[in-house]
Amino acid sequence: MAICEGKTFRYSNASIISYGSVVGKVESDGPFGDEFDEIISDNKGGADTWEQAEALFQQKALKHAMEKAGLVPEKMDLIFAGDLLNQCTGSSYGLKDFYVPFLGIYGACSTFAEGLLLAGAMVNAGYVDNAAAVSSSHFSSAERQFRFPLNYGGVRTPTAQWTATASGAAIVAANQKPPFIKAATVGKIQDMGISDLNNMGAAMAGAAYDTISRHLKHMGSHPEDYDAIITGDLGEVGSNMLYELFRRDGVALEQHHKDCGLLIYDREKQDVHAGGSGCGCSASMMCGHFLKHVENGDLKRILYVATGALMSPTMVQQGGNIPGIAHAVEIVNR
Amino acid sequence: MNISNQEYGELAKRVSPPSSMAKTIPMAFLIGGAICTLGEALLNMYTALGFSQDDAGALTSMSLIFLSALFTGFKLYDRIAQVAGAGTLVPITGFANSIVSPALEFKSEGYVLGLGAKMFVIAGPVLVYGISASIVYGIIYYIQTLL
Repeated sequence: MAICEGKTFRYSNASIISYGSVVGKVESDGPFGDEFDEIISDNKGGADTWEQAEALFQQKALKHAMEKAGLVPEKMDLIFAGDLLNQCTGSSYGLKDFYVPFLGIYGACSTFAEGLLLAGAMVNAGYVDNAAAVSSSHFSSAERQFRFPLNYGGVRTPTAQWTATASGAAIVAANQKPPFIKAATVGKIQDMGISDLNNMGAAMAGAAYDTISRHLKHMGSHPEDYDAIITGDLGEVGSNMLYELFRRDGVALEQHHKDCGLLIYDREKQDVHAGGSGCGCSASMMCGHFLKHVENGDLKRILYVATGALMSPTMVQQGGNIPGIAHAVEIVNR
Repeated sequence: MNISNQEYGELAKRVSPPSSMAKTIPMAFLIGGAICTLGEALLNMYTALGFSQDDAGALTSMSLIFLSALFTGFKLYDRIAQVAGAGTLVPITGFANSIVSPALEFKSEGYVLGLGAKMFVIAGPVLVYGISASIVYGIIYYIQTLL
């Protein structure tokens, strides 16, 4: 059977003109703590509930991005946003008061890349002058929706990942300044037969391999052509699996690979097991750290591959697997 | 994909680190044992205070449940549990924690649809099957007394 190859989109007129990031306490204690725009150290920021807090994180991340670009809501054309909560609560409630045309998106932890490639496409096509991509995750709201109450004494397995309390927002407009979106490859849903709720890295590694492989093939590029291939939140297990999958093709990806889930926390000192995860993990790492370094030229060419576990607790309880997805966005300095 | 799902599953197993049993089992033994020792101390104390064996047992359970609820409320129980594992899960204190933690967590959705409805979300199955098992046991016991 012939396998769908998909397309890699080429952009000629999409620039990430500004970006903002907001993180919680645990993330601010991580190695990149001083690179984020704002730290909400009580993880609630004055909100009454965790869901309201997550909405606030998105609101603040977008506000930071808009302020840096000198944009007011009246001048915003479109927002793509999503998060992990049912009905994309963080996005809809967090961004409603901007009163800007809004498209909710869901790709689990791959959402930020999905938003970025869509925002780039809308700008590149000329439909809008600017478009924002926003996503968030919150440890506490994710735990109560997907796992257990916060104060329940259940033990996390070594393969479990820590949902980042974080949000990132980026605004894309016509070519102005770096970072530029050069290309993007939309991921395919990959069901690798993994059903362990505590091993999301394993569920997503196959999707990351597929998307990266296709992107490199379509671009005629190799891992060494990039300053970094940055996956979203494969964590320790998923990253090792990704290396093994590439090793089978004779490619040593580990030399060029970074994973936001492995970077955002200090895994020696912070009890986060296999690393960070969540839509906010790679969104905040991109908007707090990587985009800045592409903008100033430290990084010339990166491939951002946000990975998502399209996990439904209901389907898993019914005996289903956890499909994964990964979207790639190539971002360059010039 | 350059790999079958079966091979992929084997790869996942190979690279996934297992729990370190050399660490988890002794900690579960020590902390679980400490909770049980506290229970014994309470039992002796209540007996010394003149309570009957039955009453002292009930008071001991109530005291442990109270302490567990208190520690859960102070956000300490789950922290101890991260180290203790089954040591805090298995004793009656773990059961109390499994009821108090959702009660606290879902209070934000109101006292009826939140706290009330979600309180037994973890402990519920234990109650359902525990009570069912005791009924089955009771029936068997009753039949046995007839013979």
